[in-house]
Amino acid sequence: MSLIVTLARLEAVATGRARPIATVRHRHLSQRPLVFVPLTTAGEAGAPLGALVGTDRDAPRLLVVPQPRDRDLRFAFLAELADVVLPYLDSCAESVEAAERTETDPETGKRVKVEVELCTDAPQLIVPSRAGLDLVRLLGRSMRFRRTAEQDPDTPYPAPPRVPLLGRWLTHYGERARVPGSSLLLALTEVLSRHWATGQSGLEDQHLGALLAWIDPPEGSTGAEAAERAELARDADGQLLCPPAGPATDPAFDNRLLAPAIERYDRARTALAAAEDALEADDRLARLSAAEREIRDLVESRTRPTWDAVWRGLDLLRTLPEGAHVEERWTRDRWSFTGHRDRVLAGEPPQPRRDDAVTAANKLATREREQARLEAQEALDDPLVMAGRRLAGEAFAGEVTDAVMAYGEGRRPSPRPLVTVRTEDRPHLAERAKVYRSLGGRPQAAEFAGYEGAPEEGLLVLRILDKMGRGREPEPGSVPEKGDAVCFTLFEHEQRGGAKLPDPEETPWTHGGPPGEAAPEAPDAVTEEDVL
Amino acid sequence: MTTAGFDPGAAAARATDAILRDTLHGTHRGVVVDSPPGAGKSTLVVRAALELAGAGRPLMVVAQTNAQVDDLVLRLAEKAPDLPVGRLHSSDADAYDKALDALDNVRTSAKAGDLNGLPVVLSTAAKWAHVKADEPWRHAIVDEAYQMRSDALLAVAGLFERALFVGDPGQLDPFAIVGSEQWAGLTYDPSASAVTTLLAHNPDLPQHRLPVSWRLPATAAPLVSDAFYPYTPFRSGTDHDDRRLTFAVPSDGSGPDRVIDEAAASGWGLLELPARHTPRTDPEAVRAVAAVVRRLLDRSGAAVSERAPEPAPLTAGRIAVGTAHRDQAAAVRAALAERGVTDVTVDTANRLQGREYDVTVVLHPLSGRPDATAFHLETGRLCVLASRHRHACIVVCRAGVGDLLDDYPSTEPVQLGTLVKFPDGWEANHAILAHLAQHRVGWQP
Repeated sequence: MSLIVTLARLEAVATGRARPIATVRHRHLSQRPLVFVPLTTAGEAGAPLGALVGTDRDAPRLLVVPQPRDRDLRFAFLAELADVVLPYLDSCAESVEAAERTETDPETGKRVKVEVELCTDAPQLIVPSRAGLDLVRLLGRSMRFRRTAEQDPDTPYPAPPRVPLLGRWLTHYGERARVPGSSLLLALTEVLSRHWATGQSGLEDQHLGALLAWIDPPEGSTGAEAAERAELARDADGQLLCPPAGPATDPAFDNRLLAPAIERYDRARTALAAAEDALEADDRLARLSAAEREIRDLVESRTRPTWDAVWRGLDLLRTLPEGAHVEERWTRDRWSFTGHRDRVLAGEPPQPRRDDAVTAANKLATREREQARLEAQEALDDPLVMAGRRLAGEAFAGEVTDAVMAYGEGRRPSPRPLVTVRTEDRPHLAERAKVYRSLGGRPQAAEFAGYEGAPEEGLLVLRILDKMGRGREPEPGSVPEKGDAVCFTLFEHEQRGGAKLPDPEETPWTHGGPPGEAAPEAPDAVTEEDVL
Repeated sequence: MTTAGFDPGAAAARATDAILRDTLHGTHRGVVVDSPPGAGKSTLVVRAALELAGAGRPLMVVAQTNAQVDDLVLRLAEKAPDLPVGRLHSSDADAYDKALDALDNVRTSAKAGDLNGLPVVLSTAAKWAHVKADEPWRHAIVDEAYQMRSDALLAVAGLFERALFVGDPGQLDPFAIVGSEQWAGLTYDPSASAVTTLLAHNPDLPQHRLPVSWRLPATAAPLVSDAFYPYTPFRSGTDHDDRRLTFAVPSDGSGPDRVIDEAAASGWGLLELPARHTPRTDPEAVRAVAAVVRRLLDRSGAAVSERAPEPAPLTAGRIAVGTAHRDQAAAVRAALAERGVTDVTVDTANRLQGREYDVTVVLHPLSGRPDATAFHLETGRLCVLASRHRHACIVVCRAGVGDLLDDYPSTEPVQLGTLVKFPDGWEANHAILAHLAQHRVGWQP
């Protein structure tokens, strides 16, 4: 945790309200996001209990699995989920614009520009918390290798038609969410904690109710009190007033309300199956419907508060203006979405269970580059974030007190003006360290040439190195002038691309050699648990 | 510590011979050499390079940083002034040490094509990753292979047929700035070390170990060996009376002076500040570090060692300060500048790897912390900080680290399929602390 965030947290404790740690919004928010509030069943990994899902805050779709251990009901749930999510994804897949991409020509091996489609917008999924992200990944993993009856008529437990496709999309979204700065799939608690510091621990910040209580406490109460109420307060029946954002449910709810309701449902189902005549069956069907409705009501009562909280959180985020570089990062999200759309359309197989050595290394390199890029862009977009970097000695701001023209050595001396900056910051500058400032959105590099006077006086002499044009005289406006306010960073603003890794077919012996002919991934084997 | 009959020189020579035999005449594609701190790893690399070049095998050398590459080039040139050597460098300004320009046999270039046909070409892993070769090199030496990430090896492994991997398993593991849990347990986890991946895929490769540390004094080798290399012990190449650190100016009785005397006598000193939770750049601890360094210089130290018959003066260049974080290093540098000390190296553990000094002053990674994170507990970090010295190591720390260790058992999630590294940071920290406790001096300015 950086010093400035520690400070903001201390202030939050002192004032009883969350403190902003950003002045702009650093993540893209879609005009029409799809919010997904899932619940799972205790004791079984990834068994959905129900969900609220939809794009309309007033009319969420309620999906419920009345007996979570019943595979047929679970498939029915996933099919319903696919019916909501896939049309939403499709709504963005069709609207495209022309764009250019550089590709390696397979014949000549040269880099050439090709005209491709880019979706004008990408669908955005919002889940309440980080655990929700994990569930999205788990659902994706559990669905994408399922076979439908159409794909394989002999498959013992065929999945409904669109379920494997939903699995592939959720997998793609889950993977993309691991890329720093991406916004295709967001966990609301993480986005909120990026913008506000509360007076509670990072672990408690994962409780959406408590987090919102700190950021926007109800009238007449401090954030700390409201957060404590959100976490702990229970009604006369021992139920939490603010249900956790899930996907896990509160044990008191499981034991006292859910388990008896599922039990009643099971009994009603057994009774229906044992009915001997139509009249009796009618009566028992009514009882089964009542039992199912009871479970639906229970699930809705536990997801609806979270649903409303998610939209409230989105409202709070929308009060912040979007950061300048957010659009650029969202464009990369659109590329990611378009790329997966194309892979699905081209009939490619689902994502493999495990990355091969080259894919894993490429993903890691991309994410490291995006992380560095995100950190630089957030600082450039937001003076408060930059203040944190300045406090950490990674940037400095000040006023130009002097600018002297000088020239480099060589046959054609190029301008290397010396600029003196007075700053109260204490940057960790080594001799000849490179520093950068944003000049019309492009980074201009300078070199630390030493202190004028004692280091404590804060007079830094910088030698400007580039972005001054080709001539002997620097282009107007390209060199800071006396009286200018400037802000230099010690970190680079743009990231260099890494080296190209070998193709997977050329994996070297140190990494196990080539993976061999790509065999289509077998569907998941049916285990005993599947036929419980 | 040297037992009768143990001849460190002979033991080291036997190990080196076996390594060279496997490298030059073995049938395996790779040879792995584990080298504890100061065991002559660079000497081995230079020797192997000369032998491979002598055998007419085109050789590429992969190191991790430009400083390491330049250092190897200089050592090669010193041993074999006539051997043509290529130094491949990046196209940045100041990409390599300008001292190389003075060497006639060294050709430098940013393009691998310009260095074609030279018997030995050296560069960093990052630069090699950009090289495209029609024909692979017959042999490679990968230096600091335990600090190289698996994905960096993936990028360069296509360039060579066979390789000698040399490194210190006890130093800092490579790291990634983003989470890489999703690949944990895979043999080719891109964030793991190059050697881990190499051995997972090629378990039959011959593995050697250099048995003698020439850097660490007899006071330090047993402790470092027990704490960080419990299953692959090593010895010190020198005996207790081979090295001596003396000061012309007597102690003034202050904490810094007493800890200096303690360290001069026993090889270790712990300057303990009162327990307190502090920010990372704990001003009192930083001042204490600076005070110790100032007194080390003021008291005109002299170091006697097996290298020379005459005592060598303890100058600023022979002292280093090690910290865990960069801001701590910056704070120490500022505090030293206030006391008029400029030429003492102050750096983080990451940057001190592979370096050697007479005396080191270490700001303990856990000093003043309320928590013991995986970063601060990392075995390699403490190992680097505790194994840079030829004579003495002085640790500056707040009291209460032992309790902190006990209050914070490791909370890292267990990953299936990964090799658990022993000893863990908790164990190693306790081992070091227990030893330091015998050399404790309280802080009185």
